[in-house]
Amino acid sequence: MTVSAALRGAEVSAAANAAAGSEVAFDKVSVAYRGSVVLKPLTMSVAAGEILAMIGPSGSGKTTALRAVAGFVRPAAGRILIGGTDVTNLPPYERGLAMVVQNYALFPHMRVSENVAFGLNARGAARDLIAQRVEDSLRIVGMSKFASRFPRELSGGQQQRVAIARALAVRPRVLLLDEPLSALDAQIRRSMVEEIARLHADLPDLTILYVTHDQSEALTLADRIAILKDGELSAIGAAGELYRRPPNRFAAEFLGRANLLPVVVERVAQQSGFVEARLGETRVVASGADHPAGAERLLCVRPQNLTLTCEAERSNRIEAVLREIHWQGELTHLVAEIGESILRVVATRLPNPPARGDKLEFFFSPSDANLIVEDGSV
Amino acid sequence: MLVWSLSGRALVWSFAAILLGIVFVAPLAVIICASFSEQWNGILPTGFTLEHYRDAMNGAARDAVYASLVTGLVASLLALVTGAWAALALRARVDQWAGALGLLFFIPSAVPSVSVGLGLLVAFSQKPLLLNGTTAIVFVAHYVLISAFAFGNISAGLSRLAPDYEEVASCLGARPAYRLMHVTLPLVAPYLVAAFGLSFALSMGELGATVMVYPPGWVTMPVAIFGLTDRGDIFSGAALTMILVVVTLALLIGLERAPIRSAAPR
Ligand SMILES: Nc1ncnc2c1ncn2[C@@H]1O[C@H](COP(=O)(O)OP(=O)(O)OP(=O)(O)O)[C@@H](O)[C@H]1O
Ligand SMILES: [Mg+2]
Repeated sequence: MTVSAALRGAEVSAAANAAAGSEVAFDKVSVAYRGSVVLKPLTMSVAAGEILAMIGPSGSGKTTALRAVAGFVRPAAGRILIGGTDVTNLPPYERGLAMVVQNYALFPHMRVSENVAFGLNARGAARDLIAQRVEDSLRIVGMSKFASRFPRELSGGQQQRVAIARALAVRPRVLLLDEPLSALDAQIRRSMVEEIARLHADLPDLTILYVTHDQSEALTLADRIAILKDGELSAIGAAGELYRRPPNRFAAEFLGRANLLPVVVERVAQQSGFVEARLGETRVVASGADHPAGAERLLCVRPQNLTLTCEAERSNRIEAVLREIHWQGELTHLVAEIGESILRVVATRLPNPPARGDKLEFFFSPSDANLIVEDGSV
Repeated sequence: MLVWSLSGRALVWSFAAILLGIVFVAPLAVIICASFSEQWNGILPTGFTLEHYRDAMNGAARDAVYASLVTGLVASLLALVTGAWAALALRARVDQWAGALGLLFFIPSAVPSVSVGLGLLVAFSQKPLLLNGTTAIVFVAHYVLISAFAFGNISAGLSRLAPDYEEVASCLGARPAYRLMHVTLPLVAPYLVAAFGLSFALSMGELGATVMVYPPGWVTMPVAIFGLTDRGDIFSGAALTMILVVVTLALLIGLERAPIRSAAPR
C-alpha cells in the first residue's frame, strides 16, 4: 500500500498510519531559494516515535528543513522519506503530517471545534468519527470547555493548545512544530513543554520534529538534538550525550555555557576513551578518542563541573587567577584567567569565598571534560 | 490627528466642513431640491411636488432602473469571478510575467471610457463577433471598465493573507479546491465584498462607454439622466438621479452588513 493511497481514504486511522511507518529520513536534501543555497545537503533520520529537536541560530535553515518535510518547499536535490516511502514529489496534503506554526494560524472564521475538525473534514471522514476525535483532541489539551469559542476569544496559550489539538485530530504520523512556544511568556512556556512531553508519552508512535531557538526546550523535550549552522548540520546526537560531549565549539556553546581552552594532544591514555593533553604547562586528562598526538584541540568543561575542592582521586587540577566574583543567591559565578583564556565557574556553595586576584586551584573530573575540534560538521 | 492645539483643531475642522459642504453636500442638495420642485427660476426653487418621482417610476425610468441593476449585477459578478481567478493565479507567480499580466488588467481603466466604448463598437461590429445592438455589449463594456478594480481589490486582500493558514490547511490534508473554498476565500471575504461593491457602484454610474454602445431597449440610468437633462428636463433628471443614488446606496449598505454578520456571529 502506498502512502498516498493509505492517506487518501476517508478512513484516517491510527492503525493505517502505524502500518505506514513514521520515521523521517533526509537523504542529501538541499534547498535553494532563487539560486542561493539555504540548506546544504542534509542527511539525517528521525526514528519512529522519537522527538528530534532542531536548534540553531536565526537563519540557519531550521524552518526550511521542516518545510521541506511538510512539502512546502521542493528540495533542489535529495529525497525525503517518511515511513520508508519517498515523499519528495507528494503534495503536502498527501503526506499524512500535521504542523503547528509559531503564530498558531487558527482559522479565524471557524470555532475551536471547527478548527479541530478541519483536517478530518478535509479528508472526508465520517461524521461520528469527527465528533469523537474533536472531543478527544480537545480533552487531551484541556480545551473542551472552549469548543464553541472563536480563536480571537482565546489567550495565546489557549490558542496554542487548540493548534496542537487540531494537529492531533488527524492522527498524523509526524508532527511538525515550528517554534510553537516562542510567542508565549516564560512561565507558560515551561508548563507547555511539560504538557508536550506528557502528550508524547500518551502517543508513543508519534514522531515529532521540534524546531526551537531555545536550548532548554530542546534539552527538556528531545530524545535527540540536531544543531544547524548556516544551513549545515553542525552536530546531532542524543540530548544528554550532545550536552556532555559536544563534537565542536559551535555545538558546545549553543547548548549552554562552556569553557573552551586550547590544548595540545599528548597521547592516548592507558584507560580507553581518555586522552592526555597539555594545557599550557599543565597536564590534563579528558575523555575523547581518535585525537592524534600533537593535534591542537579545545578542552571543553562546563562551568558547573569545575570545583574548588578536590573530590575524586583522579581529578584534573588547573591553576587560575580570580578576576571577578558574582554572588547570585543560589549560585556564585567566578571568572578566572588561565593563560590567555577565561575560565568561568559556577559554584553552588562556597564556604570561604575567595577574593579577586587570588590564585586558585580548580578541579574537574576527566569524564566531565572532553576534547573537541574548533570547527566541524557531521 | 496631527494638530493638537484647540484653536488649530477648530480651524482644521471648519475648513474640512466647508470643503465637504461645497464639494459634496451642495450639489447633492441642489439635486434633491430640484427633484421635488415645480419650478426653479430664482435663487431658490418654488413649489413642492412628487410628480417627477411619479413620472420616473411609471415611464421609461423604471426600465432604466431595471437595466442598470441587471447590468451592474452581471458585470460585477463577472468581474468578481474573473478578478478573483486572476488574482489567485497571479499570486503564485513572482516573475516578470505576473507584473505584466497584472498591468494588462489595468489598461482599460487608464483609457477614457468613451474610447473603450468606441473600441468595443468597432471590435464587435464584424460577423463572428457581432454584438452591436445587443445588451451583451453593454455588459462587456461595464465588465471591461470595472474588472481592474475588482482584480486590484482582491489582489490586495490576497497579498495581506499570511501563507500560514493555507499551508497548515494543506498539511492537514486539504486538497487545493477544499482549501480554496474553506480557507482562502473565507479569509479574503471582506475584500471580495469590497470588490463587488466597488464594481457595482462604478457600473451604476457608468456613462461614457454605455452611451457609445447601448441598444435602444437597454437604457441605463446614467444614460436616461443624460438624455433627460440634455432635453432640458432638469427636474425629472434630478428625480432619476436620486433614485440612482438611493438604489446604489441601499445595495452597498446591505453588502457592508452581510459579511460582518457571517464573520462575527456573536
Ligand atoms: N521564501 C524565501 N525566499 C528566500 N530566502 C528565504 C526564504 N525563506 C527563507 N529564506 C532564507 O533561508 C535561510 C534560512 O531560513 P529559515 O527560515 O529556514 O531559518 P530559521 O533557522 O528557521 O530561522 P529562525 O530561527 O529565524 O526562524 C535564511 O537565510 C532566509 O533568509
Ligand atoms: Mg524559523
